[in-house]
Amino acid sequence: MTEQTTTADQAATTAEQQHFEHLISEDSRVEPRDWMPEAYRKSLTRQVSQHAHSEIIGMQPEANWITRAPSLKRKAVLMAKVQDEAGHGLYLYSAAETLGTPRSVLNEQLLSGKAKYSSIFNYPARTWADMGAIGWLVDGAAICNQVPLCRASYGPYGRAMVRICKEESFHQRQGWEILYELSHGTEAQKQMAQDAVNRFYGPALQMFGPPDADSPNSQQSMQWNIKRFSNDELRQRFVDMIVPQAEALGLTLPDPDLKWNEERGHYDYGQLDWDEFMSVIKGSGPCNVQRMKRRREAHAQGAWVREAAEAYAQRQAREAAEAAAAASATDAEATEEFTVVAGRGSAELIGA
Amino acid sequence: MSAFASHDSATKQSAGVAITAEEIAETGGRAPEAVAQYALRLGDDALMLSQRLGWWISRAPELEEDIALGNIALDLIGHARFLLTYAGSAWGKTEDELAYFRNEEEFRSVRLVEQENGDFGQTIARQLLFSFYQYELYSALQSSTDQTLAAIADKALKEVEYHQDHAAQWILRLGLGTEESKRRIQDGLYYMWPYLDELFADEPLHDELEGIAVRPSTLRERTLERVTALLAEAELEVPNVAQARLSAAPRDGAYSEYRGYILAEMQWLARQHPGATW
Repeated sequence: MTEQTTTADQAATTAEQQHFEHLISEDSRVEPRDWMPEAYRKSLTRQVSQHAHSEIIGMQPEANWITRAPSLKRKAVLMAKVQDEAGHGLYLYSAAETLGTPRSVLNEQLLSGKAKYSSIFNYPARTWADMGAIGWLVDGAAICNQVPLCRASYGPYGRAMVRICKEESFHQRQGWEILYELSHGTEAQKQMAQDAVNRFYGPALQMFGPPDADSPNSQQSMQWNIKRFSNDELRQRFVDMIVPQAEALGLTLPDPDLKWNEERGHYDYGQLDWDEFMSVIKGSGPCNVQRMKRRREAHAQGAWVREAAEAYAQRQAREAAEAAAAASATDAEATEEFTVVAGRGSAELIGA
Repeated sequence: MSAFASHDSATKQSAGVAITAEEIAETGGRAPEAVAQYALRLGDDALMLSQRLGWWISRAPELEEDIALGNIALDLIGHARFLLTYAGSAWGKTEDELAYFRNEEEFRSVRLVEQENGDFGQTIARQLLFSFYQYELYSALQSSTDQTLAAIADKALKEVEYHQDHAAQWILRLGLGTEESKRRIQDGLYYMWPYLDELFADEPLHDELEGIAVRPSTLRERTLERVTALLAEAELEVPNVAQARLSAAPRDGAYSEYRGYILAEMQWLARQHPGATW
């Protein structure tokens, strides 16, 4: 805990702290105007902004396929999807801003590499079937993670998640449809689908984060009613959901240990490669460098456009102010002129 | 209800209810050859520009622009789908057969929409010229005696109004923003300006389609008047630059270098799997 945090928390009145604790214990919503512990604010800012960054970086692997989508309908759907992700990024940055950190600062954290984003987006989208696998598995995992977040204790985050989840479930459905078409198409298409599922299955399961025993932040987050279920609980829920869906697709999941456990009433699944997960988080993923490069380039190359928009806005404001000043000056002049005319009139009268 | 319900001729249909490409396809009506050729021109323009603009998504100067340019690209691909579906009805071809399995010389897009995105200024310059032209085009096409074209124009016009507004707002911001933005948008305008003539070039096809098609030359004055007025407001000059020479038949691609690259990228996957559905 930083010195600043301690000071801020200490400055809070007992009544404020009690109010916060009351909101959490009642499972009510904390709103931006409410007092909150600095650690709660920091933790949420990190989580919400990382989520926003993931939406933004996550646009890239799919945007790669917009120009190559194999039918006009799929191209339109894909464009709409990637555009939705930009929209999700915007809602989430707005939610994060209500916690006191401006979007420009959050963006800087992303560009400098200080802030993280979901590791899954550091894997390449090599084939068209990856658009299906990303929609079905990656958006599917995101939904499992995010539906409980609709009830997150922080109001703006929870409300943003409600809207995002609606769109994500649409995306997951579209991904599933892409894979369905492929798995029911030619042999080459089916292979393409299976290959994509093979590559995305493991990383998708890792989207829920490390196993519970290795997830130190989860406990506090659950106490604050931000997180509702543990990483492993959510991962299990996801596995249970996708197994029958894979069967419906006629595709297999690349896990020899995957089998129904009658006793648990869940599917057992095999060990995931957590060394790989950690190495991707630390920057060794296949596409970490290119994802960051593209984001930094877009930002740098757009600088002159943002500067122009800012300069134009200032110009407009200046012109509006000048127009207002001129209008009042004209009023003053008009009054003066009237006075002079009247005076002259008087003189004329006198002269007369 | 079908847009083709009451008449056999595609040029004399009941009030158009053509809202989606699927609906146009389901009507089962056939566009006459010349109408199809005309629809192909409008559809190819929309498709090529959508293909170009789609590239910006995830690369725009700010998130709001990823969304805005994405929106425009989406609208355009929607228009392309209606128009290619309608054109294809004449030849028993689907929108995808036309988009993915025609060769360079079979496309009928203008060179303006094929030009490279360049920087944001160059893209906005292209947006300005094309959206202002398209606004006039669809305004006039609403009165086409071909009900399907009229219905498509009616739907598209509402969207093109937004494209036009987006372009105009940026022309003002870039023209009156900073020295750099002024230089860049002015460069973009110089780069795109030589391809204006082709937008307004009449073809024998238009004689054949009196009352159905909009004669391109009739759009020139009004489009340029409005573009010029906006440039004056943005303190930008009207480029004093020669027009790029038209080939013997406008839109035939004979003088277009970019078309092949666009199609190579767009069609590659579909052509690798002929006959596949996606």
